[in-house]
Amino acid sequence: MTFLQDAFMQRALVAAILIGITAPAVGIYLVQRRQAIMGDGIGHVALTGVALGFLTGTNPVWMAVLVSSAGAVAMELVRARGRTQGDIALAMLFYGGMSGGVLLIHLSPNGSNANLLSYLFGSITTVSQEDVVVIGILAAVVVAVTVGLRRQLFAVCQDEEFARVTGLPVRLLNIVLAVTAAVTVTVAMRVVGLLLVSALMVVPVAAAQQLTRGFAATMAFAVAIGLTVTTSGTVYTYYVDVPSGATIVVMAIGVFLAVTALAAPLAKRRARRSAAPVSEEAECTLEPSRSRSPEDDVRV
Amino acid sequence: MTALMPGPRAEQETSVEPTRNGSGEPVISLRGATASLGARRVLRGVDLGVERGEVVALLGANGSGKSTTVRAVVGQVPLSGGELSLFGTPYRRFRQWRRIGYVPQRTTAASGVPATVREVVSSGRLSRGRLRPLRRADRAAVDRALELVGLADRAKDSVNALSGGQHQRVLIARALAGEPELLIMDEPMAGVDLAGQQVLAGTLREEVAEGTTVLLVLHELGALEPLIDRAVVLRDGCVVHDGAPPPATGQHALPGHDHVHPHAPEEPIRTGLLT
Ligand SMILES: Nc1ncnc2c1ncn2[C@@H]1O[C@H](COP(=O)(O)OP(=O)(O)OP(=O)(O)O)[C@@H](O)[C@H]1O
Ligand SMILES: [Mg+2]
Repeated sequence: MTFLQDAFMQRALVAAILIGITAPAVGIYLVQRRQAIMGDGIGHVALTGVALGFLTGTNPVWMAVLVSSAGAVAMELVRARGRTQGDIALAMLFYGGMSGGVLLIHLSPNGSNANLLSYLFGSITTVSQEDVVVIGILAAVVVAVTVGLRRQLFAVCQDEEFARVTGLPVRLLNIVLAVTAAVTVTVAMRVVGLLLVSALMVVPVAAAQQLTRGFAATMAFAVAIGLTVTTSGTVYTYYVDVPSGATIVVMAIGVFLAVTALAAPLAKRRARRSAAPVSEEAECTLEPSRSRSPEDDVRV
Repeated sequence: MTALMPGPRAEQETSVEPTRNGSGEPVISLRGATASLGARRVLRGVDLGVERGEVVALLGANGSGKSTTVRAVVGQVPLSGGELSLFGTPYRRFRQWRRIGYVPQRTTAASGVPATVREVVSSGRLSRGRLRPLRRADRAAVDRALELVGLADRAKDSVNALSGGQHQRVLIARALAGEPELLIMDEPMAGVDLAGQQVLAGTLREEVAEGTTVLLVLHELGALEPLIDRAVVLRDGCVVHDGAPPPATGQHALPGHDHVHPHAPEEPIRTGLLT
């Protein structure tokens, strides 16, 4: 456990834990609404925020929170209007966010390609004390929203029209969810990088849902997977010089594949144990009184 | 079948006049409603009134505007003209959504993440106490709703593992979980087998006996026939009949149901093999 003695490693692990919890906790709602790609879009837009931070000399994380929140709310508004050209509008936002970010970073005095790369792909060695504090505050907000409003957000993502008829403030909840997703992206960008954030929001959920039957259970299992891959990925990069973001995502995909391989036999066993057999006989038998109907005939 | 279970209003079935079971207190009042979806005028002046305690069936062919009418009533389709009030309150000022239970027409799209039957049914309880955590009374109401539709033993199963008819029952239980005074259901019987329809008819009868008002879209009256007080038939976004339910057709035709209507409405669309 020598890695625990390094101050930068301690900070990296704290950040990894917070990200392992928050990314799947938000991602599950996006997956439920079949909007898994939204995290990617926010990541692109957040880059413009980071660059603005460099340009204006303010903290890039806070700036990324602001800009990506604005982007996420814009994406939510486009989605809510349900226009057919909606995906074109989203694509514009993706491209604009990424190209704007790259342009602005090159215009800023202390921006460089190295800086850009550390935000795009994540680099735990650059996580500062101040970053840990910011990440901690933001992560607390994300957990409060995703766990505290679970039933409400579940209802909205499950059946929006029904949720509106129950009188829930659906538009407000959607915007809260969009901003929470944006905050999560900025929380995670120092460790996984903006280009791979979305993977950590989606892959643990995709893995977990193959073994679960309920939403709460899927959320708990996805967070457990998230925590496992972010911490073990971070520790791995202490010993082997590889980028943390890519390591974590590859591990998450490994877990996904392992769970997929396990899922089929497990489901079969569970079905055999739990569900009472529909009929006493294992095979179908003809009812003697019933004659075959013409549709049963398979001759040509 | 219907003859075996004469409802409380069986004696009304021979009457020609629209049977009225309402108290005169309007629960839904839609007047001259017009609405467009895309470029299409889907509602062209629909009048629909439902009084407290009534069970009203909304009938009509595919595309006649039944779902649009029902969605307009719950405020999910904006009206381009006409007036809507719920429980005597103009729609714009209406906030008491806990009084309404809504069963949307089932969409095939299951959600991206598994959810248990209980989780889905519980979301119907959000109409009471939107932002507070579940209390014991809420859990009891969810249990009761699951019992009512006969899915208590499947509570922990994923909704994705249910058949279409079972899924439909989950949506009904979700609406019942809020213990509403007004149930609005869009084709609640779609894909539900006869046994299931009987169960739901029994459930509905109990709810109605307790004073619940019901507006439901149907394609055939089926097992619900003895419960229906009045039928409103739509054609191309217009009301073409408002009064006694049309006579049952096909296998549901039973002696004693051959009452005459002044202007016979369109017969419900039958989807039998040979019709
Ligand atoms: N989103 C939409 N955009 C444009 N037109 C629509 C839309 N939804 C429905 N319509 C049209 O509105 C009309 C009424 O639709 P509605 O869903 O109310 O019919 P319905 O009576 O419920 O039919 P069904 O029995 O098939 O459920 C149809 O002609 C349909 O083509
Ligand atoms: Mg319909």
